[in-house]
Order: sequence, then C-alpha cells, then structure tokens
Amino acid sequence: MRPFPIVITGHVDHGKSTLIGRLLYDTGALQADRLAEMRQSSQDAGKASEFAFVLDAFEEERARGITIDTSQIYFTSARRPYVIIDAPGHREFIRNMLTGASYADAAVLMVDAVEGICPQTRRHAKLLALVGIKDICVLINKLDQAGYDRARYLEVAAQVRDLFAEFSGTPFAIIPISALTGENVASRAREGGLSWYYGPCFLEALDAIDTPAIEERPFRFAVQDVYQHEDGAVLVGKVDSGRLATGDQVAVWPAGAAARVRAIAKYPAPDVGAASYGDAVGLFLDLDRVPARGEVVAGEPAPETVSLFGATIFWFADCYVSGRPVVIRCATQAVAGRIELLKVYDPAAPDEELDPESLNIGEMARCRIRTDAPLVIDPFASVPELGRFVIECDGVPAGAGIVA
Amino acid sequence: MDYLDALESKSICVIREAYQKFKGRTGMLWSVGKDSTTLLCLVRKAFFGKIPFPVIHIDTGYKFPEMYEFRDRLAKEWGFEVIVARNEEQLACGMGPDQGAKLDCCTELKTNALKQLIDREGFQAILLGIRRDEHGIRAKERYFSPRDSQFQWDYEHQPAELWDQYNSFLNESEHYRVHPILHFTELDIWRYIQREKLPLVDLYLSRQGHRYRSIGCVPCCSPVASPAASIEEIIEELQLTTESERAGRAQDKENLYTMQKLRSLGYM
Ligand SMILES: Nc1nc2c(ncn2[C@@H]2O[C@H](COP(=O)(O)OP(=O)(O)O)[C@@H](O)[C@H]2O)c(=O)[nH]1
Ligand SMILES: [Mg+2]
Repeated sequence: MRPFPIVITGHVDHGKSTLIGRLLYDTGALQADRLAEMRQSSQDAGKASEFAFVLDAFEEERARGITIDTSQIYFTSARRPYVIIDAPGHREFIRNMLTGASYADAAVLMVDAVEGICPQTRRHAKLLALVGIKDICVLINKLDQAGYDRARYLEVAAQVRDLFAEFSGTPFAIIPISALTGENVASRAREGGLSWYYGPCFLEALDAIDTPAIEERPFRFAVQDVYQHEDGAVLVGKVDSGRLATGDQVAVWPAGAAARVRAIAKYPAPDVGAASYGDAVGLFLDLDRVPARGEVVAGEPAPETVSLFGATIFWFADCYVSGRPVVIRCATQAVAGRIELLKVYDPAAPDEELDPESLNIGEMARCRIRTDAPLVIDPFASVPELGRFVIECDGVPAGAGIVA
Repeated sequence: MDYLDALESKSICVIREAYQKFKGRTGMLWSVGKDSTTLLCLVRKAFFGKIPFPVIHIDTGYKFPEMYEFRDRLAKEWGFEVIVARNEEQLACGMGPDQGAKLDCCTELKTNALKQLIDREGFQAILLGIRRDEHGIRAKERYFSPRDSQFQWDYEHQPAELWDQYNSFLNESEHYRVHPILHFTELDIWRYIQREKLPLVDLYLSRQGHRYRSIGCVPCCSPVASPAASIEEIIEELQLTTESERAGRAQDKENLYTMQKLRSLGYM
C-alpha cells in the first residue's frame, strides 16, 4: 500500500519535529538504534530526551536546536502506512519547506498555544493553499506550557479560523495537544489537564483523512526524452495526467499535430495496451515527425499554448529585481522568459502592499509571464502537473508558481 | 497502478532525467548489494534492456568472495561492462580497517577511489542506490544532489526540489549524485526483488541461523541472527523487526556523526 504523505508545517519552535519524534515513540515505531541514538545525542547536548533529534539528524541542527532541511520518515498506524515529512520553520529555509510540501497530500499546521499565530504560521498556511493541499489539520501545541487553559485554546482556534478564511479554507480539525508529554498525540488524554477536550487525538484525525481519489482528468504526457529503438523513435516520459490506450487519437503540442498511439511500451513488454497517471512509459506514435523533449502529447480537451499568461508566484531565493531573465520549467518544458510583477505581497502580512519592482525571499506576487517560445499549459485546477512551474534564475530554482 | 509500479515509475523518471541531462558523462555505482542491484534492474528497464553508461564497482579489496563472484556472473548474464575502481596506492600501503580509524579506511578505499575515477573519467552524474529510510541523514537527501570540487555535500544549502524539476546546473568541476531509489524502503526493495525475481548474492539468506541484512566489507559487517532463508521469509521478518538495517554496520557505531562526515566527504 502506498504510504500517505503528510507534511508538518508551522512557525519555528512550535514543536513540529518534537511531534513526529513523539508520535513514532508512542506508537513503538522508532527503531531501537534510532531511539538509542536520540537518547545519546540528547544527553551529549545536556538535554532530557529531545524527540526532535529523531528528525533533526544533522550535527548543526542539533547544536542550534533547529530544523534546517526537510526529511521524511516512514510510519504505520493501525489504518495505513504514512510518510511523514518534517519541514523547517524559518523563513530563510522556506525552499526546504516547499520541497517537503510538494510531496504531500495533506498537512499539519502546528501553532504554539502560548505564542499563537506567528509569521511563518501565516506563510505556511498560504503556501499550502497555493500548492493545492486542502486537507489541513491544525494542532494547538504546548498546552502544558499554557497551563492547559481551555479559554486560550479557544482563542487561538478562533485566530486559526480567521486565518484560513483569508483564502476560503477550513482546517478539518483543531486539536489541543502537548507534543512534549504526548497528550492527544497518539492517544486521547482523557485525564489530566486536557480532559475538557472530547474530540479525536492527532493520530485519529490523521487516520480519518481519506486518500484523495485520482480524478478523471484530460490526458497529458510531456516528452522527457526520445530514444532510437529498433521499432523506431520511442518517446519516454510519464503520464502527467489522465489515461491512455493503444490506438487512441492524440495531438502533439505546441504544434497540435494529430497522431495515433501505435504502442505503449514498458520494458520488457513491447505494448502494455494502456497507461494511467504516473506511469513511466515509452510511446510509439504514428507521426511523420519525431517530437522533441518538452513537447506535450495530449488528449481532449486540448491544453493551451501561450507566450503570455497570468500566474501567482512564490519566491524562495535572494532578491529578484524586475526585468531579470528567468527560465520557466513546466513539466519537461524549459522556456526563457520575463516576469511582469503586478502586485507583490508578504503572505505573513497580506494587508501591506510591497514595492512592485522587486521580490524577496518568502514573498508572493500576482504577475504576468512573457515567454520567448510557446509554452503548453493548463489551469492549475484542471491539470495540476501542467498548471504549475518552477522559476529558475541563474540556473538555480528561485521560485514556484501556479497558472491562474 | 499498484504501489510497486508507482515506486518503479518514479525511479525510472529520475534515471532518464539524469541521462537526458548528463548523457555520456553519467555513470552508476554498483556495490553488488540488494539496493544497487535493484537500481541496475531499473536502469535496464528505463533504457529498454540496455545499460547505456558505465557501471562502477568500488573495490576496497575487502569485499566478500561471493560478491566478486556475483559481480562477474551478472555482468556476463546481462551483458554490461563493469569499471572496477580501486585506490591502488593506499592498498599498496596496507590501508585497511585495522589501520587507524575506520573512517580513514572508508575515506581512502571508497571515497578517494571514487574521486580518482571521477577525475580520470570526467563523470558529471553518478547514480547511487541510497534510500531515505536507511539513516536520519539520508532522510534529508535530494534526488539530485550537487557536490563541489572538494566532493563536499553542502547540506545546509541544498537547492529546492519540487514537482519533478531537478536541479542540474553545474559549476566547474562539480558533479551530481543522483538517487533514483531514494523513496524505496528496505521492505519495498525486498518486495520489488521478489516481484521481479532479481538475482542476488546469497549472503542475504540465512545459513546456520545467520544472515546479512546489509553487505559491504568483510571486516565491517556482522550478520544478524535470523532463520530467514528465502525472500518470502525475509519480508515476513522485516515486518516484525524493530532493529534497523544498518545495525550490523561498524561505520555507524563509531561516532554519532560518522555518517554525516562520510557523506559530506563524498562517501556514498
Ligand atoms: N513545554 C512544551 N515544550 C515543547 C512542546 N513541543 C515542543 N516543545 C519544545 O519546543 C522546542 C522546539 O521544538 P521543535 O520540535 O524543535 O520545534 P520545530 O522548530 O517546530 O520543529 C523544543 O525545545 C521542544 O522540546 C510541548 O508540547 N510543550
Ligand atoms: Mg523542527
């Protein structure tokens, strides 16, 4: 069974790494030597058992008590396997948070009960909405430190609802916990400070999320490479969206030339007859021209071919100044272009409008993107794989965006 | 599509992406163990039965005799060429696990042997069969990981990697480590080996109540007590164990950060 991927997000020090360490420990999922290593390293650092060290494996992370890079750990509950993705909470490491979130189907947003909503809480919530993660479970953590105060929990929960309302979202649960003591993490804390709470614990809430069904979407296949095969040219890539069968009529974009699928190869089978979402296959097409990497084989309804389009982008690198050339990478396409910034804002302070001539780390923008060559795209909502892109600046990924 | 198909497809895409970007400057490391043999099988699938780049075996001279035998046999059977990389100079000086710290031995006989080979052959991308679930440090790896001219892993500044967009920008004398099976767990590997009926060194199977869960150099690997004498039994056993795979590996025991140091020095 495929592990369900979930990312843990939130402001720095609100307890993300501790939560995961605690969850694994309380469910007996922590391997003996990892547990011993966590104990030893905590002791070396002069601390009691620091559950965060299970995830924060770099020497620098432990010394500084922070998470620098995202990591993934496997865990199996009574219901199903998970891959839990830890994410750093500092603005400077936001690219690592996004890297982690890009693998997730659902998310946890941690909020410290004492501190309440902080800048990275806001930024992460907006970013999760941008990349299309809809199932978000909010944990109000460190209730032990907040004196198990129910009124404080309700107050922070109300702030959380207001935050989600800014992008028309709703968290599916808001649970008071203590990652440190384990209360309401892997089992309900019926006694003690949290006995006023009657809802599910974190693990129960997690198990209640349904695996998103693969929706019926139009067929898309961005050509990754072309190999010469004894039976002719084979286009390799993965099915980015939808499904395909041998004999289907397709079109190859941006030109839009019609073609028929002669075979769908998956070694050692010369023709497997059909392929669906995520399948890495080789296509043999009846077409008088051999397509190149970046062309998109598509079904109906057809994708759009554009050289100017609107987008919402998120920046995770050093300062960008308007007009600098960039490369847009969408599926296997890579096209040079320019960004025309329309409105720049900080998702952590959405009411302030910022200088529209530059972008700084952690900021978002509404923009128009003009490309030097045609780009084949879809609206993000209808085909996510062709509706999102990475922006490269000087050869390095610097931002990400959604076709709006 | 079932779960193993999904894992396989992801790996194949990563392999093809590396080859598309680095072409003839690509190579793969084959330790002859279960993970890199799985990788080898995936490479074969990615290129419709061919292996279009060199397969490198880093030979410390301390491997199990069964490993050398298996290496030569599979190379013949599948018809691919193996480049054997050895740090001859250090071997001549008598470098070994008994000579000083184990870290030095790994550095000289593995890392530096690979360094010499990369310098000589000009590789820009090296495919490796590492997995996230092996170790806390490996859980933080990217699929495409740049290494500088000193072979250092700049793990504090790893580039973003999302939506199958892999970084491939190369500065002078840099190379990439590419990790196509990063998302497989140990159990996934065994299920895949079972499904694909992959050939394997039989050190993994129990003999007289012991087997190896992870194989490398003879002096630094100890077998675990286990009656599992078939792949089916290994899969059953792994579903119950709380010991981790590398428990039998000497490297990880010397010091908490040995793995990180080895990785940052370019060890695989
Ligand atoms: N009192 C208390 N401290 C906690 C709790 N959860 C985490 N902490 C502490 O908060 C600090 C930051 O936790 P960490 O998990 O590293 O936060 P992260 O930055 O969100 O990953 C650590 O010192 C934890 O021990 C909690 O529920 N109660
Ligand atoms: Mg953390």
